[in-house]
Amino acid sequence: MKKNWLIWAPLALFAFLGGIFLYGLVEPKDEYVRSNLVGRPLPEFALPAATEGVQGLSNTDFADGKPRMLNIFASWCLPCKAEAPFLEQIKEAGVEIHAIAIRDKPEDVAAFLAEHGNPFVRIGADMDMLIQLKLGSSGVPETYLIDGKGRIIHQHIGDIRAEHVEPLIAKLKEAK
Amino acid sequence: MKRFVIACALAFSIVPAAAQEGLPPPLANQQLADPAQEARALELMQRLRCIQCQGQSIHDSDAPIAAAMRHEVRERIKAGQSEAEIESWLIERYGDWISFAPPASGSGLILWLLPILVLGGALLVARGRFRKREA
Amino acid sequence: MIAEFGLAALWLAAALALLQAFAGIGHWRGFSPALASLTRPVAVVQGLLCLISFGCLVWLFAITDLSVLLVASNSHIDKPMIFKLAGTWGNHEGSMLLWVTVLSLSGTAIALFEKRLDHQTLGAALFAQALIALGFFAFLLFSSNPFERLDPAPPAGAGLNPLLQDIGLAFHPPTLYIGYVGLSVAFSFAVAALLTGKVGPAFARAMRPWVLLAWIFLTIGITAGSYWAYYELGWGGWWFWDPVENASLMPWLAATALLHSVAVLATRDALRAWTIMLALIAFAMAMAGTFLVRSGILTSVHAFAVDPERGAFILGLLVIYIGGALTLFGLRIGVVREGKTFALLSREGAIVGNNIFLSVILAIVLVGTLWPLAAEAMGDKISVGPPYFNQTTVPIGLLLMLLLIVGPLLRWRDDSLARHKALAGPALLFLLVACALFATQPQAGLWPILSLALAAATALASILPLLGRNILRIPLALWGMALAHFGFAVCVAGMAAEQGWKVEKLVAMRVGESAVVSGWNVKLDDVHPVVGDNWVALEGQLLVRRDEDTTIMRPQSRQFSSPKQQTTEAALLTRWDGQLYAVIAAPSEGDASDRWQVRLWWKPFVTLIWYGGLLIALGGAIALFGRATLALRKRRRDNPWSLA
Repeated sequence: MKKNWLIWAPLALFAFLGGIFLYGLVEPKDEYVRSNLVGRPLPEFALPAATEGVQGLSNTDFADGKPRMLNIFASWCLPCKAEAPFLEQIKEAGVEIHAIAIRDKPEDVAAFLAEHGNPFVRIGADMDMLIQLKLGSSGVPETYLIDGKGRIIHQHIGDIRAEHVEPLIAKLKEAK
Repeated sequence: MKRFVIACALAFSIVPAAAQEGLPPPLANQQLADPAQEARALELMQRLRCIQCQGQSIHDSDAPIAAAMRHEVRERIKAGQSEAEIESWLIERYGDWISFAPPASGSGLILWLLPILVLGGALLVARGRFRKREA
Repeated sequence: MIAEFGLAALWLAAALALLQAFAGIGHWRGFSPALASLTRPVAVVQGLLCLISFGCLVWLFAITDLSVLLVASNSHIDKPMIFKLAGTWGNHEGSMLLWVTVLSLSGTAIALFEKRLDHQTLGAALFAQALIALGFFAFLLFSSNPFERLDPAPPAGAGLNPLLQDIGLAFHPPTLYIGYVGLSVAFSFAVAALLTGKVGPAFARAMRPWVLLAWIFLTIGITAGSYWAYYELGWGGWWFWDPVENASLMPWLAATALLHSVAVLATRDALRAWTIMLALIAFAMAMAGTFLVRSGILTSVHAFAVDPERGAFILGLLVIYIGGALTLFGLRIGVVREGKTFALLSREGAIVGNNIFLSVILAIVLVGTLWPLAAEAMGDKISVGPPYFNQTTVPIGLLLMLLLIVGPLLRWRDDSLARHKALAGPALLFLLVACALFATQPQAGLWPILSLALAAATALASILPLLGRNILRIPLALWGMALAHFGFAVCVAGMAAEQGWKVEKLVAMRVGESAVVSGWNVKLDDVHPVVGDNWVALEGQLLVRRDEDTTIMRPQSRQFSSPKQQTTEAALLTRWDGQLYAVIAAPSEGDASDRWQVRLWWKPFVTLIWYGGLLIALGGAIALFGRATLALRKRRRDNPWSLA
């Protein structure tokens, strides 16, 4: 009789609901908002130098055939300080790293570099976060792997830790 | 008197506790001169999600990244872009998550058709309850 | 000592709940009259013990006993007393204890006041109620002990989240919990009816006051919560379709449908299965809401106590209670015979339509809230927010209002529209308002204008059932219904007016400058520091003037000391035709200028939203009071020698 299945429908729906709840509890929440531009070319931008003694950054600095890393940081960002030694390691391994400083005064960037070292070749200043928007970046610190043609091949959200150094270098070496 | 002094001292430390430097971009907190454009911008800002907040729209949020997004929205509306164009520019960069309106394609279609589906289903079920069927 | 005493009382209450469960079975199945006779007294003592336990916790917060972990993490010696007290339930464990206390007290109330239900069903209901209580006692005692000690005790305490240090907070959780727990009573009654098979008008008349009571408190709770968010969060919005808000709306939608359905069952002995199912769904939504809010699986501005372990416990309880009840429904609903039938165009038919529309809205809210989670399981990351919910629920809501205009006038069982010439009134009013607004104010938008016109028609239609009767002989229940429906129309009118006609203005002002918003001239006279009990603020002094009306508004940017947090305190100016809403923010640090960010809103008739909500609750209260006194009078008439 048609009625039979109807009577059990609410229970079935509830079981489905319970399943969703259980999934929500068990699976760790993906807190990060990832950039959708991975696999696409770096957007156009031209940034002034973040502080005295460094050069500014534009997208054309990436498309010359050599794969590089792009690090997004800020002097007021605590994890950025934590990842400085690992960025130094990556630089020692022969990787060129460009950087963008977010919402930072020149003197604060200078102080940060003096205290934690400068592993970067060029540092651009994004004072109002507009370039961050263009990149699909959602916070600091973040690191992008850019291949020789200027395409974004990977986005690493959060600070770089010891265990990330080797995989990132390897991934960059794979690119052309 | 002491309270006043403390108050003054604290008052000067009230300003941004996060110590993030720099002004927000100009159009972040400045309305567009044309009220019709500003109204369109307002509607769009309420549709877009602030990236670093707990589910607020960029219209409601104080976060710097929301300010940057508001500036971007107003600037593009002023330049003549449509709301759909701006929204898809942002979706291109952050994915569907950035818009509070779920996409109308793929699985999102079920969501938008849900009212009709449930209404239809309920009416089908209720059909048998009415007296007219007693022949 | 007090903490240990409170904990002991809680354990004792839990033990009594266990006893009540057995006694309830005895009552229902008719064995062991000695055990059965214990049911009522046990329920009463259990409630009292919980009250004592809760009282202990309130006392601990009042004296700020920092050796108790809960007090140390959520209170502060400098907090004002009223917020110290309200802080008792401004946290997970305390609010759970409040929930359990209200649950036990409702068992007490059933035991003391329920006289209409037959013995068997009453026993089964107390059994079900005790089972529910046991689950939550276990949750409290094993996973969320409010009386845990902290050794050594800290000197000051962490303080209460400043957003919660507000009088609105004092009311919001208790009212909501009375609502949720009231729904648990309806749930117990429904489960009992499934167990005994006795579903009919007598059963419905017994269940109705409990549903009405729960529904009234839910209405108040949601209205209060909305107003609190409006003035406390400083963004000018009053509903954000945030998961926690939705978690409170879903039980309300189900409870409204249940309320109407149980009225049909009481009057016409129809919709038996529907009423039982709605009672189960209403409590299911209340529990699901509790789970969503406390488990942390959804991101929300309102969320507190993010703890997956506790979430798992609640999920377990949810599965046992609701899964069990729905299984019972499937197995036993066949025993409940089909009720009376009715034509499509009849009051029953209108109520079925009403319930269908409410269910559609409920489904939209439920699916929309959970969709991001389900999508994440598939690997997609999407957001579902106000654009979706507004665009889908508003049209259904308007259809609902159409039904609301016609339904209360229809006769039971069978009717035709031709008999109701009075409907021409609302129809005409709708057309009048709609045309006038479209002609003069098309910029407000299609939906606000339609909604406002329909609200006007509904307001008129809600008093139609009162016409043509002797005004002194209209039963209070009818007054209540009319007022509640009228209140709903008022609420919708407020929403439509605010949405369609609000004006927002952002100005960067120096002291001495002024701005104009919708006829109001606003001048920033001064900005100076202000000191409070546990905060310091920069207060802006705004001189506002409209024609001859001049006042001062004082929005603040407040910095709390413990915990360190900054909030905006909006300034509100209420007039008969709307509210002026002002927020001030300091210039950002890099800004060398002396300009202050002032945000101004003119919101026409926005207060109607919350007045409407209160009218709805008041209508319900009048109906409840009317029926209660009617029942009392009837009992005295039937049995003049009884004391009841």
